[in-house]
Amino acid sequence: MKTYLPAKFIVERNTERCIRCKVCVNQCSFDVNCYDAEDDKIKSYEENCVSCHRCVIFCPTQALSIQKNPLEYRENYNWRPEAIEDIIKQAETGAVLLTGMGDDKTQRIYWDHLVLNASQVTNPSIDPLREPMELTTYLGRKPDRVELNEDLSVRTELFPQVKLEVPIMFAAMSYGAVSLNVQESFARAVTETGTLWNTGEGGLHPKLYKYGKNTIVQVASGRFGVHAEYLDAGAMVEIKVGQGAKPGIGGHLPGEKVTAEVSQTRMIPRGTDALSPAPHHDIYSIEDLSQLIYALKEATNYTKPISVKIAAVHNSAAIASGMVRAGADIIVLDGLRGSTGAAPKIIRDNVGIPIELALAAVDNRLRQESIRNQASVVVSGGIRNSGDIVKAITLGADAVNIGTAALVALGCTVCQQCHTGKCAWGICTSDLFLTKRINPDIGAQRLANLLRGWSIEIKDIMGGLGVNAIESLRGNRLHLRGIGLTDTELNILGVQMAGS
Amino acid sequence: MAKRVNVDTPVKIDATGVSHRELNIKLREAVANGAQKIQLHNVHGQRYIGTDLNKPVEINIFGTPGNDLGAFMDGPQIIVHGNAQDGCGNTMNNGQIIVHGHAGDIIGMSARGGSIFVKEDIGYRAGIHMKEYEEKQPVIVVGGTAQDFLGEYMAGGILVLLGLNLCQGEHHKAKFVGTGTHGGVIYLRGSIEQYQLGKEVGTTELKGKDSQTLQKLVGKFATYFGYDAEKILNHKFIKLYPKYLRPYGRLYVY
Repeated sequence: MKTYLPAKFIVERNTERCIRCKVCVNQCSFDVNCYDAEDDKIKSYEENCVSCHRCVIFCPTQALSIQKNPLEYRENYNWRPEAIEDIIKQAETGAVLLTGMGDDKTQRIYWDHLVLNASQVTNPSIDPLREPMELTTYLGRKPDRVELNEDLSVRTELFPQVKLEVPIMFAAMSYGAVSLNVQESFARAVTETGTLWNTGEGGLHPKLYKYGKNTIVQVASGRFGVHAEYLDAGAMVEIKVGQGAKPGIGGHLPGEKVTAEVSQTRMIPRGTDALSPAPHHDIYSIEDLSQLIYALKEATNYTKPISVKIAAVHNSAAIASGMVRAGADIIVLDGLRGSTGAAPKIIRDNVGIPIELALAAVDNRLRQESIRNQASVVVSGGIRNSGDIVKAITLGADAVNIGTAALVALGCTVCQQCHTGKCAWGICTSDLFLTKRINPDIGAQRLANLLRGWSIEIKDIMGGLGVNAIESLRGNRLHLRGIGLTDTELNILGVQMAGS
Repeated sequence: MAKRVNVDTPVKIDATGVSHRELNIKLREAVANGAQKIQLHNVHGQRYIGTDLNKPVEINIFGTPGNDLGAFMDGPQIIVHGNAQDGCGNTMNNGQIIVHGHAGDIIGMSARGGSIFVKEDIGYRAGIHMKEYEEKQPVIVVGGTAQDFLGEYMAGGILVLLGLNLCQGEHHKAKFVGTGTHGGVIYLRGSIEQYQLGKEVGTTELKGKDSQTLQKLVGKFATYFGYDAEKILNHKFIKLYPKYLRPYGRLYVY
């Protein structure tokens, strides 16, 4: 069938600069650039271009630039190019539109409507360059009160905790969705920084077991790669119920991505689809969730905290309350902008609620019920910089997960082609030719650099607020003010209007 | 220093009024002390029995164990002298569970290895999302019949339903059998209507290799529960298999 889709981008090649070195040909995994030996010319099949900028960055003579194809449809606010082109794709295939990364639509980003306070005159700010600043965070259930024996030893039963040197973890990305080199980069960066990465639902490759004490091992509905040794390996076990990019639906790792090594780690035959069902078939209620939480506590002999991850949805606060009562030591909320290796586009862009609102609602609810201490709260979904992180902690989070930001540190340009498995940056692919593009030595360094930079910035903001421990900031919403928000929004966020 | 136990005499544990946590602590202790046979008496709904054990110890359970019996288990043999509840053998890796009675829902869910033998009937969603990898192949053999969603999303393993308690001419009861299945095999002794099967399931006659597999598994079943294997095998079986490796391959645009 002739496609009615126009090319999205134009590849401009400056022929005076081009030296026919074919780097762009070799780097492009979407078959855009090709060398015509007869004419000694590089040509471009622009209809394939996704604007990932791999060729632009690697062209040694800066001969390339990529632009939006200026081809304009007649202007129509309702029928914008995306709406038209989506319909064309579906008319030509009769199938579900897939996409990668997080929701790219225009829903309000509340981080941009929140501003932080700083000390002026009446209270002194702190200079983090010459005074100690504490970012250490412990995740896990905290007792209601602590009782001491006469000899001052602790009588209260304490629960397992995981220590983070910085309140930033890497979000769950499975082996299969991302490559082993990407996971190794994560594992080495968090080991250096003193935080955690998350296996996602694809099991743990034998090569990465040595990073176990900085690893969260995930148990999701497909139960891929879950066995006693795997559960023992991690610092924490996470039950994944939902994901912000696709609340309420499962995951399909397409058979093409199930290579020999992926099949070994997931323990399924090579080339079959790895299907993660929409629900856990042993969790149909809060009571069932409790059963799985305690099954995992038994399986790990009560030595590790158990976390439960859900997508932020309308009744997250009530669900979170149930999760805490079910025995979850850590609650992970993944918001509307949470990212993915592949999700139906219509779900990604239309289902779930912004993480800022979900976080505020959950923190409120748990406080009202006096059970906030019984679980740590971790949030994710669109966190872009250290300012977002400080705002999240000030709204009530204990720590955050970053996914897209971590991938951008590795080279990702958010071209949203993860679902194709052709990632030219070698991140979201299992093609061995492409996965080599991530060197774990360099990847780990880039990630550790990002965490270091953000840590310094967080300390700077804290110092300005006159706070020297991240704990003093947690849930301290008086440090926040809203701008451009309605009363209802301010009310849900639990913050006052700027100026008040 | 904990005392060593004589490996031949079973260690007896009375589960009266003992929580699942305490019971599993006792089990771990007994196994750590080298026990090879353990008897649990007066079991009354305690969950997660044997969950984190990874030794080939034999555990005889008298009474009714609770949900998630042998979940994540890696090696023990559990013999239930009574009925088992839901989640028996959930995500099991290795070992064996033999139930001299009925078992509840989702038995063998996501199992990766090991075997489960149930004398009577089983509940809903049995064998859902079982897997296999090379020589690791989970097995469920059931003397009676099963409820709906049997072997849904199955990605590997062997499920056998013997239907011994069905009357002459009575079909198996389960509906939506094998929906979304993309691996593994189900053997049914007795009949089932086409409408009871998921649309990803094909039916066929047994071949030589299938009969060998069944002989082995039914032989074990007969030994455990005191049946005549010949009599069971001397009956028509059908084989249900996944029609596609990738049932949802054409779901997406790309």
